[in-house]
Amino acid sequence: MEIKPPVPTIPAPVWKNIKDLQEWQEHHQSRPETGDKHSALFESVTEGIHAFPGGFALTTVADGFFNWARKSSVWPVSFGLACCAIEMMATFASRFDVERLGMVPWASPRHSDLMIVSGTVTIKMAPMLKRIYDQMPDPKWVVSMGSCANSGGPFRHGYHVVKGVDRVVPVDVYVPGCPPPPESLLNGLLLLQDQIAHFRTTGTRADANAKVD
Amino acid sequence: MTGERARELLAKVAGVTVADASAPVVAHVAPELWVEVARFAKETLGCTFFSFLTAVDWKADGLEVIAWVDDLDGRLSVELRTRLGAGNTACPSLVPVFRGANWMEREAYDMFGVQFVGHPDLRRILLADDWEGHPLLKSYAVDTPHPPYR
Repeated sequence: MEIKPPVPTIPAPVWKNIKDLQEWQEHHQSRPETGDKHSALFESVTEGIHAFPGGFALTTVADGFFNWARKSSVWPVSFGLACCAIEMMATFASRFDVERLGMVPWASPRHSDLMIVSGTVTIKMAPMLKRIYDQMPDPKWVVSMGSCANSGGPFRHGYHVVKGVDRVVPVDVYVPGCPPPPESLLNGLLLLQDQIAHFRTTGTRADANAKVD
Repeated sequence: MTGERARELLAKVAGVTVADASAPVVAHVAPELWVEVARFAKETLGCTFFSFLTAVDWKADGLEVIAWVDDLDGRLSVELRTRLGAGNTACPSLVPVFRGANWMEREAYDMFGVQFVGHPDLRRILLADDWEGHPLLKSYAVDTPHPPYR
């Protein structure tokens, strides 16, 4: 008496029967015989890549590639001025964690790309702030954080406060609030990344972000 | 020493007007007697702790300098006030009596422009050295242009 197995056996997968792989092969591995206008050298290179299992060639605009690289690794200089710096430190810490955006707070302006002006800029402090900004290598960005850095805030009618840090350095993103919570600063940093992604030609500052203004 | 006893002693000093009974003993002093009365408060009344020194701008009536000294053990506070007069900015320095008056007088000079005669090192303490004007004076316009960042 023949004993049947309780579970029907599943046939082993056959390469030709998997539809996704067929489409993949049709798309990536097969080439039309005619209509390829590339040079012989390019063709030989792509042939070599295609012979490699899983290989593919990625082409993109150079600006887009550079912008992608730039926005994925924006290092803010750790530079705090006033109470907004507490919220900035909270943003840098593990709960909000800007390192997942590729932002590493760095203690040297020479290795940094971003300056977050977090707090009141007094007239006495403004030359030092300008010096730190000048020490940063291009391309560099500035986020103005909080009412004081945006416009002078509650000290606008005082004698000692710069009425907006944009009188000292060019500002890319203004974050409102007194102080802005870490969520606001994160939103500002994401808007900055969006702005960096539209950095038009190399070395030219992008237009003001339509989402901000 | 009680406040009443301090009032009696201060009232006997020539050129000193003691205000009516209130929580601190307030003595209005002529500028010429400023140092003498401060020394009297320190040595006779026992107020050895120099609390603070500041100034008030009374516009047309000129500047008034205020010093507050304490006797911490005897729980006595004495407030000394002197009117410099309209247009006058010179005031005798209290540094020979209280060393703690040094930085306070520098701050009063910085903010009000009071020229303390006899101060060993009278220069700005908070604002930059090239600052123009004295910002806590009533005549100081907040929008005074101050290069390069204003």
